Amino acid sequence: MTEAVSAGPARRRRRRLNWVPYALLAPGMLWLIVFFAVPTVSLVSQSLQTGDVFNGYTLTWHVQTYVDALSTYWPQLVRSLVYAGLATVFTLLLGYPLAWFIAHRSGRFKNVLLVLVIAPFFTSFLIRTLAWQTILGNGGLLETTTDALHLSWLLHGFESFLGLVGLGTGNQLLYTPFAVVAGLTYNFLPFMVLPLYANIERLDLRLVEAASDLYATPASAFRKVIWPLSLPGVVAGTLLTFIPAAGDYINSVLLGSTQTVMIGQVIDSQFLRVLNYPLAAALSVSLMALIITFVTVYVRRAGTEELV
Amino acid sequence: MSWLRRHTVQVIGLLVMAYILLPNLVVLAFSFNKPNGRLNITWQEFSFDAWLNPCDTPGICSSVGLSLKIGIIASLTATVLGTLVAFALGRHRFRGRAGTNVLIFMPMATPEVVMGSSLLTLFIALGVGTGQTTILIAHIMFCLSFVVVTVKARIASLDPRLEEAAADLYASPAQAFRRVTLPLVAPGIAAGALLAFSLSFDDYIITNFNASPSSVTFPMYIWGAAQRGVPVQVNVIGSVLFLAAVAFVGIGQLLAAGRQRARA
Amino acid sequence: MTEHGSGDLRLSSVTKSFERFTAVDDISLTIPQGSFFALLGPSGCGKTTTLRMVAGLEQPTVGTIHIGDADITSLKPYQRNVNTVFQSYALFPHLNIIDNVAFGLRQRKDGDWKRKAQEALDLVELGHTAKKKPTQLSGGMQQRVALARALVNRPDVLLLDEPLGALDLKLRRQMQLELKRIQSEVGLTFIHVTHDQEEAMTMADTIAVMNGGRIEQLADPSTLYEKPASTFVANFLGQSNLLPAEVSAEVASVESGVVTVRTRDHDDIAVAAEHLPPGIRSVWVGVRPEKLRIGEAGRNRLRGVVTDASFTGVATQYLVRLPWGKELVVVQQNDGSGRLPVGENVTVSWDPGQEFILDQAQDADAGVEIDDD
Repeated sequence: MTEAVSAGPARRRRRRLNWVPYALLAPGMLWLIVFFAVPTVSLVSQSLQTGDVFNGYTLTWHVQTYVDALSTYWPQLVRSLVYAGLATVFTLLLGYPLAWFIAHRSGRFKNVLLVLVIAPFFTSFLIRTLAWQTILGNGGLLETTTDALHLSWLLHGFESFLGLVGLGTGNQLLYTPFAVVAGLTYNFLPFMVLPLYANIERLDLRLVEAASDLYATPASAFRKVIWPLSLPGVVAGTLLTFIPAAGDYINSVLLGSTQTVMIGQVIDSQFLRVLNYPLAAALSVSLMALIITFVTVYVRRAGTEELV
Repeated sequence: MSWLRRHTVQVIGLLVMAYILLPNLVVLAFSFNKPNGRLNITWQEFSFDAWLNPCDTPGICSSVGLSLKIGIIASLTATVLGTLVAFALGRHRFRGRAGTNVLIFMPMATPEVVMGSSLLTLFIALGVGTGQTTILIAHIMFCLSFVVVTVKARIASLDPRLEEAAADLYASPAQAFRRVTLPLVAPGIAAGALLAFSLSFDDYIITNFNASPSSVTFPMYIWGAAQRGVPVQVNVIGSVLFLAAVAFVGIGQLLAAGRQRARA
Repeated sequence: MTEHGSGDLRLSSVTKSFERFTAVDDISLTIPQGSFFALLGPSGCGKTTTLRMVAGLEQPTVGTIHIGDADITSLKPYQRNVNTVFQSYALFPHLNIIDNVAFGLRQRKDGDWKRKAQEALDLVELGHTAKKKPTQLSGGMQQRVALARALVNRPDVLLLDEPLGALDLKLRRQMQLELKRIQSEVGLTFIHVTHDQEEAMTMADTIAVMNGGRIEQLADPSTLYEKPASTFVANFLGQSNLLPAEVSAEVASVESGVVTVRTRDHDDIAVAAEHLPPGIRSVWVGVRPEKLRIGEAGRNRLRGVVTDASFTGVATQYLVRLPWGKELVVVQQNDGSGRLPVGENVTVSWDPGQEFILDQAQDADAGVEIDDD
């Protein structure tokens, strides 16, 4: 029946090539062109200009700025991608069970839990990140609690472990790479959970039964049936986490140290304090280029092109 | 042990929920603290001081006011523009659709620091001074895509036959839109507006690039305060926002559930 | 003034072409006012497109549509007095039941909408659901609301697009009778689109069987079944045994209206002369399975072997293979006679006049095994 029915309305609309959609698009698209697309061009242009704040800039195609920028700040750039990658992996590891729990195991508390996942959004990002200072800091909530429970050895053990794997200094949690990654993970977790939830909620649990009926162990049922079906949610969630995390610097400023400086921080200070616009613009363009490359490769690999 | 095996998902889920909510609880708890000196990091003594005098720190309430003002204007504008775009994408066929989709998607795939800095280069190139207007422009820009995506999803979930049914029942296109399409898309528009408001209200990075010393939003105020020690009032305002959001959505859920029960 | 009834629906040479195919190919039809008409055919046959053109949801590429003397071809859906019961019901989820039913009335500023809508709901026996929302109703109830919402406007023509497709079998049977009752009560023209031949035969006064965008045959249900005009109709409505045969001058003897034709096995078969289309020598002799008898009761007799027997409750269906390989379907009532084992040699017989005859140039398999959904 589908052919004749569904072809009908769609085709009728296709024939009517009128001005209405363009009128609807115009204001919003103009806004994005003028305040997103044009600035992007302006950013690239700025990165190729020479001059200074007082005498103005001229476009000189000075590519050397990129060489200087990258040779000086490649550690911060790489660090940003590594931290964002780690945070993405952790949000997935934490977010998947949570999304599954909310979607299939929470019964009548489903809506309450969803609200509680979204609600922290409404408290400022900054306030919540600052709360981690209170929790992780020396003499903070975590330390007081472990002391009271006589579990300080566990905390110290964990700190030493972090020191060994290069995510900590060995004697504290706050102001370490661990704190930055934990902050990023925390801050972007809802961005992972919501698309995953939307996807997992629609999964038919009878598929698991069908798989186990066909001799799949729970693990292989997950690997062969559930995971492939939840991939669209995973792809959406990882992108929504990785991209903003790579450019974020709130976590590294508030929870990190001079050893955890991320690229966003450098761009911010070059633009707003050092006033070296071409260098800052070159770093911005480089970050964007790296992310676009990464996302393209990743999406191709995952085989999901439909993102919007 | 077997209990744990059967309830692994529940246990992990609840632990992750705790991780998500812990900072909010800490913020709430420390809003009742009476710190010794500037730093509100260790617990001293219980007090209602900050709750009774939320504006008792210079600049804090004016920054909240500015954030509310920008949030409301930006979210309303972005909602109107984004809804129009969503209808074009969801209900019409036209040339240039792929390009439109890319332009909608890109701001969501661009780190804030890149968007903020590129907008700043434009304002510099044009010689425009930064301030409230530039903040508004930036906020409308990055909220727009989120509104489009939210509203478009709602439109896509509508059965196109409902509009045909309305036409069949003597509704002109304009009447069908007003009586059928718009009421059905309204929840999506509301969700988009709410999302836009929360994004705008919470934004620091883009705002910071496009603000001036005289246009201090609430996140900028906190950022500044974080260097010196955050006043307890910040915790109060953060908690109020959190509790208001929970109450707002919670009451909505209760009303919806009540209506369901009344009808059944 | 006109030879047509005041409210007859007329489609004249209507064609609907899309970019890549022609959905409806030069259809002309007159549907008398007050009749229950069915458009029957497999998916993609053009029946839904035809319906949508009557509703105004599609524009014909060529041709005109009239109701009585009024040309409605280019009227918008909201300008024509035609209402549709949609396949998925398309009830407005944000409106309660009474507001759904009253939608058309209020759109037309009918001051008496409250009473009329309530009456229409009562007619479909759902008066008590007025304040509920569509999602709170079962599929069958939603279907009846959709019907009430269309009926209440007293349209010139009421269109039903596979309205029972989503219901389970038992409910479907019940709704078929219900629809029939309502139609005779209100006396409106109903056009019912379906791929279910049994449904069409149960309900409609007249059926147009569509295939490939054209009308294969337009007739009342019993004519369609007894005298199908094409192999497609013969196979799509019920089962048919089609035997190839030649009308040869030598054996053809006209004796009390009976003509003899010769099958491939040189068996002679007597057929009613009036069934034989003039000027055709190669024919299909079609016999419905329930017209065949195991045994020698009929005048035409063929010998064969039982290759399959399946018990269906009221009847047993046999497959009987003829010497040249053709398998006949034979349905015997379970009237107490014993069942035959597979492998048994049997005689299959029937009387002249129980057959229908088609041109052998047509494809014997047209319309076979077209199962929707």
